[in-house]
Amino acid sequence: MPMTDDEVFQKVTETLTEALGVDDDEVTPDATLTGDLGAESIDFLDIVFRLEKTFGIKIPPGDLFPDNVLNNPDFVADGKVTDVGLVKLKESMPHVEFGDFDQDPDVNKLSELFKVQTIVNYVKNKTAG
Amino acid sequence: MRWIWIDRFEEFSPGVSAVAVKNVSLAEEHLHDHWEDFPVMPVSLMIEGMAQTSGILVGQARDFREKVILAKISKVEISEPVVPGDQLKYHTEIGTITDQAASTHGTVWKNGKDIGTIDLMFSHIDQNLAGTKFPEENFVFTGQFLRLLAGFVETPAK
Repeated sequence: MPMTDDEVFQKVTETLTEALGVDDDEVTPDATLTGDLGAESIDFLDIVFRLEKTFGIKIPPGDLFPDNVLNNPDFVADGKVTDVGLVKLKESMPHVEFGDFDQDPDVNKLSELFKVQTIVNYVKNKTAG
Repeated sequence: MRWIWIDRFEEFSPGVSAVAVKNVSLAEEHLHDHWEDFPVMPVSLMIEGMAQTSGILVGQARDFREKVILAKISKVEISEPVVPGDQLKYHTEIGTITDQAASTHGTVWKNGKDIGTIDLMFSHIDQNLAGTKFPEENFVFTGQFLRLLAGFVETPAK
Protein backbone atom coordinates (compact mmCIF):
# COMPACT_ATOMS: atom_id res chain seq x y z
CA MET A 1 0.00 0.00 0.00
CA PRO A 2 1.42 3.42 -0.89
CA MET A 3 2.40 5.67 1.98
CA THR A 4 0.19 8.62 2.83
CA ASP A 5 1.46 12.16 2.29
CA ASP A 6 1.85 12.54 6.05
CA GLU A 7 3.95 9.41 6.34
CA VAL A 8 6.23 10.53 3.53
CA PHE A 9 6.55 14.01 5.03
CA GLN A 10 7.39 12.58 8.47
CA LYS A 11 10.14 10.37 7.07
CA VAL A 12 11.53 13.17 4.90
CA THR A 13 11.56 15.38 8.00
CA GLU A 14 13.54 12.76 9.93
CA THR A 15 15.97 12.46 7.02
CA LEU A 16 16.53 16.21 6.86
CA THR A 17 16.93 16.69 10.61
CA GLU A 18 19.63 14.02 10.60
CA ALA A 19 21.37 15.15 7.41
CA LEU A 20 21.29 18.88 8.09
CA GLY A 21 21.24 19.05 11.89
CA VAL A 22 18.08 21.18 11.88
CA ASP A 23 15.11 21.00 14.26
CA ASP A 24 11.83 19.31 13.33
CA ASP A 25 9.92 22.58 13.39
CA GLU A 26 12.24 24.15 10.81
CA VAL A 27 11.30 21.47 8.30
CA THR A 28 8.14 22.87 6.72
CA PRO A 29 6.93 22.03 3.20
CA ASP A 30 7.94 25.49 1.92
CA ALA A 31 11.37 25.61 3.57
CA THR A 32 14.11 25.87 0.94
CA LEU A 33 16.94 23.39 1.36
CA THR A 34 19.79 25.84 0.85
CA GLY A 35 18.31 29.13 2.03
CA ASP A 36 16.22 28.03 5.02
CA LEU A 37 17.87 24.76 6.02
CA GLY A 38 21.47 25.63 5.12
CA ALA A 39 22.21 22.66 2.85
CA GLU A 40 25.55 22.71 1.01
CA SER A 41 26.63 20.61 -1.97
CA ILE A 42 27.77 17.53 -0.03
CA ASP A 43 24.49 17.60 1.92
CA PHE A 44 22.55 16.91 -1.27
CA LEU A 45 24.45 13.66 -1.70
CA ASP A 46 23.94 12.88 1.98
CA ILE A 47 20.19 13.47 1.60
CA VAL A 48 20.09 11.20 -1.47
CA PHE A 49 21.95 8.41 0.36
CA ARG A 50 19.62 8.65 3.35
CA LEU A 51 16.44 8.74 1.24
CA GLU A 52 17.58 5.62 -0.61
CA LYS A 53 17.94 3.76 2.69
CA THR A 54 14.82 5.16 4.35
CA PHE A 55 12.47 4.51 1.44
CA GLY A 56 14.26 1.56 -0.16
CA ILE A 57 14.52 3.37 -3.48
CA LYS A 58 17.35 3.96 -5.98
CA ILE A 59 18.00 7.59 -6.88
CA PRO A 60 20.19 7.96 -10.00
CA PRO A 61 22.55 10.98 -10.15
CA GLY A 62 20.71 14.08 -11.33
CA ASP A 63 17.26 12.58 -10.80
CA LEU A 64 16.20 14.40 -7.62
CA PHE A 65 18.54 17.40 -7.82
CA PRO A 66 20.00 18.83 -11.06
CA ASP A 67 23.28 17.26 -12.01
CA ASN A 68 25.08 18.24 -15.20
CA VAL A 69 22.34 20.50 -16.57
CA LEU A 70 24.04 23.57 -15.18
CA ASN A 71 27.41 22.71 -16.68
CA ASN A 72 25.93 22.30 -20.13
CA PRO A 73 26.37 25.48 -22.22
CA ASP A 74 23.23 24.60 -24.21
CA PHE A 75 21.17 24.85 -21.05
CA VAL A 76 22.74 27.84 -19.37
CA ALA A 77 23.83 31.11 -20.98
CA ASP A 78 24.81 34.40 -19.32
CA GLY A 79 23.77 33.12 -15.93
CA LYS A 80 20.26 32.26 -17.11
CA VAL A 81 18.68 28.93 -17.84
CA THR A 82 17.90 28.88 -21.58
CA ASP A 83 14.51 27.95 -23.05
CA VAL A 84 15.93 24.57 -24.02
CA GLY A 85 17.29 24.19 -20.50
CA LEU A 86 13.91 25.01 -18.98
CA VAL A 87 12.17 22.43 -21.12
CA LYS A 88 14.79 19.85 -20.17
CA LEU A 89 14.53 20.68 -16.46
CA LYS A 90 10.74 20.54 -16.40
CA GLU A 91 10.74 17.32 -18.36
CA SER A 92 13.26 15.58 -16.13
CA MET A 93 12.02 17.02 -12.83
CA PRO A 94 8.24 16.71 -12.57
CA HIS A 95 8.60 16.89 -8.76
CA VAL A 96 9.76 20.53 -8.91
CA GLU A 97 7.21 23.34 -8.83
CA PHE A 98 8.71 25.99 -11.11
CA GLY A 99 6.16 28.74 -10.34
CA ASP A 100 7.22 31.93 -12.09
CA PHE A 101 10.85 30.89 -12.48
CA ASP A 102 10.34 31.25 -16.28
CA GLN A 103 10.01 35.00 -15.85
CA ASP A 104 13.54 35.33 -14.48
CA PRO A 105 15.39 32.04 -14.94
CA ASP A 106 18.46 33.19 -13.02
CA VAL A 107 20.70 30.17 -12.34
CA ASN A 108 21.38 31.45 -8.83
CA LYS A 109 17.68 31.30 -8.05
CA LEU A 110 17.35 27.70 -9.14
CA SER A 111 18.24 26.47 -5.66
CA GLU A 112 15.21 28.31 -4.25
CA LEU A 113 12.97 25.89 -6.16
CA PHE A 114 14.23 22.98 -4.12
CA LYS A 115 12.10 22.81 -1.02
CA VAL A 116 11.10 20.14 1.47
CA GLN A 117 7.93 19.61 -0.58
CA THR A 118 10.09 18.94 -3.67
CA ILE A 119 11.58 15.92 -1.93
CA VAL A 120 8.17 14.77 -0.72
CA ASN A 121 6.83 15.01 -4.31
CA TYR A 122 9.81 13.07 -5.63
CA VAL A 123 9.47 10.28 -3.08
CA LYS A 124 5.73 10.03 -3.70
CA ASN A 125 6.28 9.71 -7.46
CA LYS A 126 9.02 7.19 -6.92
CA THR A 127 7.21 4.98 -4.41
CA ALA A 128 4.00 5.08 -6.45
CA GLY A 129 5.97 3.10 -9.03
CA MET B 1 55.54 14.25 13.71
CA ARG B 2 53.64 12.39 11.00
CA TRP B 3 50.00 13.21 10.37
CA ILE B 4 48.84 9.67 10.90
CA TRP B 5 46.39 8.88 13.65
CA ILE B 6 46.08 5.14 13.41
CA ASP B 7 48.80 2.62 14.26
CA ARG B 8 47.68 -0.40 12.29
CA PHE B 9 44.73 -2.16 10.77
CA GLU B 10 43.38 -5.10 12.63
CA GLU B 11 40.72 -6.09 10.10
CA PHE B 12 40.17 -5.02 6.53
CA SER B 13 37.30 -6.32 4.46
CA PRO B 14 37.55 -4.58 1.06
CA GLY B 15 34.56 -2.41 0.20
CA VAL B 16 32.77 -3.38 3.39
CA SER B 17 34.40 -2.64 6.74
CA ALA B 18 37.64 -2.11 8.62
CA VAL B 19 39.01 -1.92 12.15
CA ALA B 20 42.08 0.18 13.01
CA VAL B 21 43.94 0.44 16.29
CA LYS B 22 45.32 3.59 17.91
CA ASN B 23 47.39 3.34 21.05
CA VAL B 24 47.40 6.60 22.99
CA SER B 25 50.80 7.46 24.46
CA LEU B 26 51.93 10.15 26.87
CA ALA B 27 54.84 10.75 24.51
CA GLU B 28 52.49 12.44 22.05
CA GLU B 29 53.00 16.20 22.08
CA HIS B 30 49.38 17.10 21.49
CA LEU B 31 48.26 15.53 24.77
CA HIS B 32 50.26 18.13 26.65
CA ASP B 33 48.99 21.02 24.58
CA HIS B 34 45.27 20.34 24.90
CA TRP B 35 44.89 20.63 28.69
CA GLU B 36 48.26 20.64 30.39
CA ASP B 37 47.14 19.25 33.75
CA PHE B 38 44.83 16.65 32.30
CA PRO B 39 46.33 15.02 29.23
CA VAL B 40 43.41 13.82 27.15
CA MET B 41 43.03 12.80 23.51
CA PRO B 42 41.09 15.53 21.67
CA VAL B 43 37.90 14.29 20.03
CA SER B 44 38.93 16.16 16.87
CA LEU B 45 41.87 13.74 16.53
CA MET B 46 39.59 10.77 17.07
CA ILE B 47 37.57 12.12 14.14
CA GLU B 48 40.80 12.31 12.14
CA GLY B 49 41.67 8.73 13.12
CA MET B 50 38.25 7.55 12.05
CA ALA B 51 38.54 9.60 8.85
CA GLN B 52 41.85 7.90 8.04
CA THR B 53 40.42 4.45 8.78
CA SER B 54 37.26 5.09 6.77
CA GLY B 55 39.02 7.06 4.03
CA ILE B 56 41.44 4.23 3.32
CA LEU B 57 38.50 1.79 3.24
CA VAL B 58 36.66 4.05 0.76
CA GLY B 59 39.80 4.65 -1.31
CA GLN B 60 40.64 0.97 -1.57
CA ALA B 61 37.07 0.22 -2.70
CA ARG B 62 37.94 2.05 -5.96
CA ASP B 63 41.53 0.75 -6.08
CA PHE B 64 42.84 4.17 -4.99
CA ARG B 65 41.89 5.71 -8.34
CA GLU B 66 39.84 8.42 -6.61
CA LYS B 67 41.09 11.24 -4.43
CA VAL B 68 39.02 10.73 -1.30
CA ILE B 69 38.50 13.83 0.81
CA LEU B 70 36.60 14.15 4.08
CA ALA B 71 33.59 16.25 3.12
CA LYS B 72 31.24 16.10 6.08
CA ILE B 73 31.19 15.07 9.71
CA SER B 74 27.63 13.79 9.86
CA LYS B 75 27.53 12.73 13.50
CA VAL B 76 29.93 12.53 16.43
CA GLU B 77 29.17 11.34 19.93
CA ILE B 78 31.96 10.36 22.32
CA SER B 79 30.85 9.55 25.85
CA GLU B 80 34.14 9.14 27.73
CA PRO B 81 37.53 10.86 27.87
CA VAL B 82 40.46 8.99 26.33
CA VAL B 83 43.77 9.23 28.22
CA PRO B 84 47.36 7.97 27.84
CA GLY B 85 47.53 4.19 28.05
CA ASP B 86 44.14 3.70 26.47
CA GLN B 87 43.76 1.70 23.30
CA LEU B 88 41.25 2.95 20.75
CA LYS B 89 39.72 0.90 18.00
CA TYR B 90 37.97 2.54 15.10
CA HIS B 91 35.35 0.24 13.59
CA THR B 92 33.96 1.52 10.30
CA GLU B 93 31.69 0.30 7.55
CA ILE B 94 30.67 1.77 4.20
CA GLY B 95 27.01 2.82 4.15
CA THR B 96 26.79 3.94 0.54
CA ILE B 97 29.43 4.45 -2.14
CA THR B 98 28.83 5.99 -5.55
CA ASP B 99 30.99 7.56 -8.27
CA GLN B 100 30.77 10.91 -6.50
CA ALA B 101 30.91 10.17 -2.79
CA ALA B 102 30.67 7.70 0.08
CA SER B 103 29.13 7.64 3.55
CA THR B 104 30.56 5.64 6.43
CA HIS B 105 29.29 4.63 9.85
CA GLY B 106 31.84 4.22 12.60
CA THR B 107 32.00 3.24 16.25
CA VAL B 108 34.83 4.09 18.62
CA TRP B 109 35.95 1.50 21.17
CA LYS B 110 38.18 2.21 24.18
CA ASN B 111 39.85 -0.77 25.85
CA GLY B 112 37.11 -3.04 24.50
CA LYS B 113 34.16 -0.77 25.33
CA ASP B 114 31.99 1.05 22.80
CA ILE B 115 32.25 4.74 23.65
CA GLY B 116 30.73 6.46 20.67
CA THR B 117 29.86 7.04 17.06
CA ILE B 118 31.56 8.90 14.20
CA ASP B 119 29.65 9.00 10.90
CA LEU B 120 31.37 10.65 7.96
CA MET B 121 31.00 11.51 4.30
CA PHE B 122 33.76 11.52 1.74
CA SER B 123 33.88 13.16 -1.67
CA HIS B 124 35.61 11.73 -4.73
CA ILE B 125 36.88 15.16 -5.66
CA ASP B 126 37.70 14.50 -9.32
CA GLN B 127 33.98 13.79 -9.81
CA ASN B 128 32.81 17.08 -8.30
CA LEU B 129 30.02 18.79 -10.17
CA ALA B 130 31.75 22.15 -10.31
CA GLY B 131 34.26 20.60 -12.71
CA THR B 132 37.26 21.78 -10.66
CA LYS B 133 40.48 20.10 -11.77
CA PHE B 134 42.98 18.62 -9.34
CA PRO B 135 46.54 17.37 -9.87
CA GLU B 136 46.88 14.06 -11.67
CA GLU B 137 48.85 12.48 -8.85
CA ASN B 138 46.81 10.96 -6.03
CA PHE B 139 48.08 13.19 -3.23
CA VAL B 140 45.67 11.68 -0.70
CA PHE B 141 46.94 8.14 -0.56
CA THR B 142 50.64 8.48 0.06
CA GLY B 143 53.01 5.69 1.01
CA GLN B 144 52.49 5.99 4.74
CA PHE B 145 48.78 5.20 4.39
CA LEU B 146 49.22 2.45 1.84
CA ARG B 147 51.85 0.70 3.96
CA LEU B 148 49.20 0.18 6.64
CA LEU B 149 47.41 -2.17 4.29
CA ALA B 150 50.40 -4.47 3.77
CA GLY B 151 49.24 -8.01 4.35
CA PHE B 152 45.57 -7.14 3.86
CA VAL B 153 45.22 -6.13 0.21
CA GLU B 154 47.36 -5.38 -2.85
CA THR B 155 48.16 -1.67 -3.06
CA PRO B 156 49.19 0.31 -6.14
CA ALA B 157 52.96 0.40 -6.80
CA LYS B 158 54.45 3.78 -5.91
